[in-house]
Amino acid sequence: MISLGIDIGSLTAKAVLLEENNILEKHLIPVGYNSKKAGDKLFDELLQKAGIRQEDIGKIISTGYGRNSIDFADRAVTEIICHGKGIYFQMPHIRTIIDIGGQDSKVIVLDKNGNVANFVMNDKCAAGTGRFLDVMARAMETEIHEFGLLALQSKNPSKISSVCTVFAESEIISLVAKGENREDITSGIHLSIARRIASMVKRLGMIPPVAMSGGVALNVGLVDALENILETKIETTPF
Amino acid sequence: MAERLKATRKMKSIMKWYYIEAKYARYIGKKVAWITSGGPVEPLIAMNIIPVYPENHGAMIGASKMGGRMSEFAEGLGYSSDVCSYTKNDITSSITKESPIKGGLPEPDMLICSNNICGTVLKWYEIQARRFNVPLFIYDTPFVHTEFTDEARGYVNEQTKEYIKFLEKHTGKKFNYKKMQKVGKLSLEAMRLWKNVLETAEHKPSPMTAFDAFFHLALIVTLRGKKVVVKYYRELLKELEERNRNNIGAVDNEKYRLLWDNLPIWFRMRWLSEKFASHQAALVADTYTQAWCGVIDYIDENDFLGSMGEAYTRIHLNVGVDQMADAIKRFIKQYDVDGLVMHSNRSCKPYSFGQYDIQNLLQDEDIPVLMIEADMTDERKFSESQAEARIDAFMEVIKQRRK
Ligand code: SF4
Repeated sequence: MISLGIDIGSLTAKAVLLEENNILEKHLIPVGYNSKKAGDKLFDELLQKAGIRQEDIGKIISTGYGRNSIDFADRAVTEIICHGKGIYFQMPHIRTIIDIGGQDSKVIVLDKNGNVANFVMNDKCAAGTGRFLDVMARAMETEIHEFGLLALQSKNPSKISSVCTVFAESEIISLVAKGENREDITSGIHLSIARRIASMVKRLGMIPPVAMSGGVALNVGLVDALENILETKIETTPF
Repeated sequence: MAERLKATRKMKSIMKWYYIEAKYARYIGKKVAWITSGGPVEPLIAMNIIPVYPENHGAMIGASKMGGRMSEFAEGLGYSSDVCSYTKNDITSSITKESPIKGGLPEPDMLICSNNICGTVLKWYEIQARRFNVPLFIYDTPFVHTEFTDEARGYVNEQTKEYIKFLEKHTGKKFNYKKMQKVGKLSLEAMRLWKNVLETAEHKPSPMTAFDAFFHLALIVTLRGKKVVVKYYRELLKELEERNRNNIGAVDNEKYRLLWDNLPIWFRMRWLSEKFASHQAALVADTYTQAWCGVIDYIDENDFLGSMGEAYTRIHLNVGVDQMADAIKRFIKQYDVDGLVMHSNRSCKPYSFGQYDIQNLLQDEDIPVLMIEADMTDERKFSESQAEARIDAFMEVIKQRRK
C-alpha cells in the first residue's frame, strides 16, 4: 500500500509518500498565508513528481498546525505522535527526541515500543524555537546554514542571559557595539537556546539514547552545544 | 452532551437578586462591603452587611470576553501588564463603569481584604480605599510553609476580634454573636454540601465537570452563611445524585477523566469543554473549586469565630507546594483520573508559581501532565492554536497509554 503523510507547519509544508517501508517521494513548499491552499498545492505537486494518482494512495495522515485544514486526509494527528512514530521507524533504539520547530520546541520520551510516554513543549514565547535562531542569524547577518558552523569557531562564547527573543536581540546588538567578535556572540546565542532546551529535557527526565529531529538538527553548532550541556551524544536524522 | 443542569436557572436568578439587592442597599438601609474571595465573610452576613466580590465580578468580565480590553485600559493608566487581570478589570470598571452588570458593582461602604490568597489584593484594596474614600480592614494571614503554629493562631484570632470591632465601628451597631452562631453553622453546612456536590464526580461517568463546578461555585464564594445557599446546594446535590443513579454523564461516553489545576480560563470555557468532550474526556475535578471546602476540618461548629482564623489561614493558596502537591495526589486517587491539566495563569502568581515543582513532586504518580499557558480573563494572553495542539497531543498520549 502507498501511504501519504502531510505536515503543514508554521513555515513549511512537507509531504512524504511511503510504499510499505520505502520512501517513494518527498516534497516541501513554503506555507504562505493559507494552509489549505498550501496543502492542495503540495499534494498536486507531489503526485506529479511521483507520477501517481490520488486513487493509488491507500491512506493519508495530516499533522502540524494546519492538520485540520487538510480535508482529503483520513486522519489528523499531532506532531508529537508523528515525531515519535517517525523516529521509531528510522532509529528504533531512540528513547528521547528533541525537536525545535519554527513555532514550538518539544521534547518527547518514547517507551520501548515507540509509543509516546510523555512530552513537554515550550511555553508561549518564541525563545527556544527555530524562530529565535532565525532572528538571531539575521541580527548577525549570517546565512542560517552557516550559523552553526560559525558558532563552532568560538573559543570564548559571549554571555547572553536574556531568555526573551526581543531582549536577547538587543543584548546582541550591544555586544556587537562593544566589539565582541561574531563567532563568540554566535556561540553565545547557541548556548543560550541550548540551555533553554536542556531545561525542558531535564524537566521531562531524559532517557538516552537521544535524537534530534527537524530542520534545526542540521545546525551542528546547536547539536554540539546540547551535547555538552546534556553530557550525552545526540543522533540526528537526515529528515 | 447531557442536558444543562436544572439548578442552573435557579442559580442565575439567585445571583441576579443578590446583585439587585446590593445595588439598592442604600435604600433598604444596608451597607455594602467589598471583600476578597478568600476573606472571612461570615461576620458580614451576621451583621447584615452585603458582601460584594470584585473577583466574582472579574470572572463575569472574563466570561463576557471584556477582560483583554479592560486590562488594556488599566495598563494605559500605568499598571504593569504583569498585574493580575482581576485587579486591572476592577480598577478599570470602577472608573469607566464598564461591566456585564449594568452600571458596574455597587460602590462599597468598606473594604475587607485578606491576603490568604495573594499579596496583590493588599495594594489593590488600598488603591480602591483611596478611590472610594472608605475604611479598609486587612485580615493578615501568615503563610503556612509546613505547619500552623500556636503563635500564628494567636495572631489571627486577635485579628478576628479587631475585625468585629471594625464592623461595630463602621455600622454603629453591636455585633450580633447569637446570629453569628447560626451563620457559622450555615456556612459550615454549605461547605459540606459543596463538598458532597463535588464528590458526586467520583461516579463513572461523572454527572458534572469542572466547568459546571466553576459556574455553581458562585454561591459558596459569595453568600456562604445564608440559608439560600444551603437550600440551593441541597437541590443541586439531589439532581446530581439522580444523574448518578441513572448513569447520566456530563460528557457523552466518558472514557478519560482529568483533573484541572488553577483558575478557569473564563473566556474559553465553552471551547475548552467542547474540546475535551470531543476526546471523550471529562474534567472531573479541579483544585480551584475544592478550595471552598478544603478547610472544613479546621472549623469548630460550635465556635466558628474562634476557629475561622485557622481555617482561613490554611486555604490552598496559603500553604507550601508540598501540601498543594499532596492535595493533588489525593484528588488523583479519589477521582481516579488519567491526567492532570495545569493552567499556567499569567495573572495568578501564587497559583502558578509552584506548578513545575508540583509536577516534580508528582513523579511517582506516573500520570501525564499538560501545561496550558493562559490567563483567567485576559484573552490577549492566550493562543488558541497553541493550546489546541497541546491538548490534542496530550489526549493522544493518554489514549496510547490506555491501550
Ligand atoms: S493574583 Fe490570584 S489570588 Fe490574587 S487576586 Fe489575582 S487571581 Fe486572585
